[in-house]
Amino acid sequence: LAPWVPVVGLEIHAQISSNSKLFSGSQVQFAAPPNSLVSFFDASLPGTLPVLNRRCVEAAVMTGLALNCSINKKSLFDRKHYFYADLPAGYQITQQRVPIAVNGSLSYSLCIDNKMSQMVTKTVRIKQIQLEQDSGKSLHDDTRNQTLVDLNRAGVGLMEVVMEPDMCCGEEAAAAVRELQLILQTLGSSQAVMAEGQLRVDANVSVHHPGEPYGVRTEVKNINSLRFLAKAVDYEIQRQIEELENGGTILNETRAFDSRLGCTMPMRDKEGKQDYRFMPEPNLPPLILYDAKSLPANMNHQQVVNIDWIQDRLPDLPSVKRAKLVEQYGILPEHSFTLLNEDGLTEFFENVVKQTHMKPKKVIGWIIKDLLSYLKQHSLTVKESPVSPFLLADLLNLLEKKVISSTAAKQVLAELWKGEGKTPLEIVKEKNLELLQDQKELEQICQAVIDGQENEVIMVLLG
Amino acid sequence: HRVTVDVLDRLEQLALVDFRDAEGVQRLQKAIQFADQLHEVNTDGVEPMDSVLEDRCLYLREDDVTEGNCTKELLRNAREKVEEYFVAPPGNIPLPKLEERETFLQGS
Repeated sequence: LAPWVPVVGLEIHAQISSNSKLFSGSQVQFAAPPNSLVSFFDASLPGTLPVLNRRCVEAAVMTGLALNCSINKKSLFDRKHYFYADLPAGYQITQQRVPIAVNGSLSYSLCIDNKMSQMVTKTVRIKQIQLEQDSGKSLHDDTRNQTLVDLNRAGVGLMEVVMEPDMCCGEEAAAAVRELQLILQTLGSSQAVMAEGQLRVDANVSVHHPGEPYGVRTEVKNINSLRFLAKAVDYEIQRQIEELENGGTILNETRAFDSRLGCTMPMRDKEGKQDYRFMPEPNLPPLILYDAKSLPANMNHQQVVNIDWIQDRLPDLPSVKRAKLVEQYGILPEHSFTLLNEDGLTEFFENVVKQTHMKPKKVIGWIIKDLLSYLKQHSLTVKESPVSPFLLADLLNLLEKKVISSTAAKQVLAELWKGEGKTPLEIVKEKNLELLQDQKELEQICQAVIDGQENEVIMVLLG
Repeated sequence: HRVTVDVLDRLEQLALVDFRDAEGVQRLQKAIQFADQLHEVNTDGVEPMDSVLEDRCLYLREDDVTEGNCTKELLRNAREKVEEYFVAPPGNIPLPKLEERETFLQGS
């Protein structure tokens, strides 16, 4: 049987972290009373017009720069038409012809064979980033055969990040999205929490034989977590391979991932080819961005978005932060990945390092092997840790000063974990875990052991 | 260019326009012919313009919350509501198939 090459591309929608919406002044907030965060424009009442939110433009430029994109100094808005109850205008304002950023790249890392010690770096091309409106929310009430519509989310600003089909499996897709999530959170352009719908991923999947043209692709939606993303992609790849090997064909369709059953199914309401009848948004002139060179002399600075100004203020991206951690503390690259992957862990580690004489290279083992595994076992976040950086540093200092052995230190940590408010030293005394330092006392103990095992001693002396 | 029945069907599905009778279809045909006159203009080397606003400055708004909080007013427009939600049918209701709509072309 000829081998199959799976091809995976992603369309990611990230909700922009802003106070108000993309084209109106209503508030952006998760979980508010239905239809309370809706302006007349959001409800598409006649006579209302879109007014672009400057913060959303800045967020998109920041993200484009962080993803190595070319920023289009002139970008355009378009209307994408389709009918759905949560899209009151009957169209979505998006950027189809000329988006705000194009041709970027994202580097991410994977463990080979699940071994963290063997990491490989991959790159995925970013086709474009575009600004667009989010739709409202539909709640399907099957018992009463109706849909309830809440427009609170309608009009919230989105950045759509399109990743080229450079990925080949669920693991790569999940790793790429994870890195994007960390970048967005570092920039602050989106909080990118998948569980709250701030980061939504659609996967485009196809398979083909090496050397042959790409196969028909399907679009997979309704993926709510990184774990499900990997599962959905891998399932769809398998499904397509089996279908083709059984002589079937793949339809160019949209499928929904069912997390309960772990499979993809054709979506209703998506039958037939959609024709979005794209047209320019007549109420918005082109969006012009400036840089240091093209900055107009006498323009109101509030009306100017300066790409260079934004570039200069970009924070350290995750990849830079990791490299700095490795350089500064002498830890391994895979350690830096773990530190950045858990919210607050880097800060915890650095706090411990500040308060102890133990070398960071040794501290990291305690952070990752001991602290983190405890947290995971009890499903706690770093912020919820019953052991504070101060307590851990205190314990590690006892170890460094050879007051206790490392075995004893682990016992003390287990006690500290109970969060009973005792200090490491108190626990050591309580459990009598101190290392014996007295030479004479040690000699006495050794002699006693030898004296009590005469036969064994003779055997040892005889060789 | 005649407007074929397939194109007509597609247009009706996409735009929810009802051409109602043969006269309506003819009017559409004439409108297309009228617009086709644009092709007679030589646009070589001319940048397309999609809005008379193209030279205007796109106004950028500050990221402040200035609107919303008018649930009651918005729901006054709703024919049906459940608590504070708008009510809609369970999904898009597809137009009847073309065969079932064929009768429209028979009137005149």
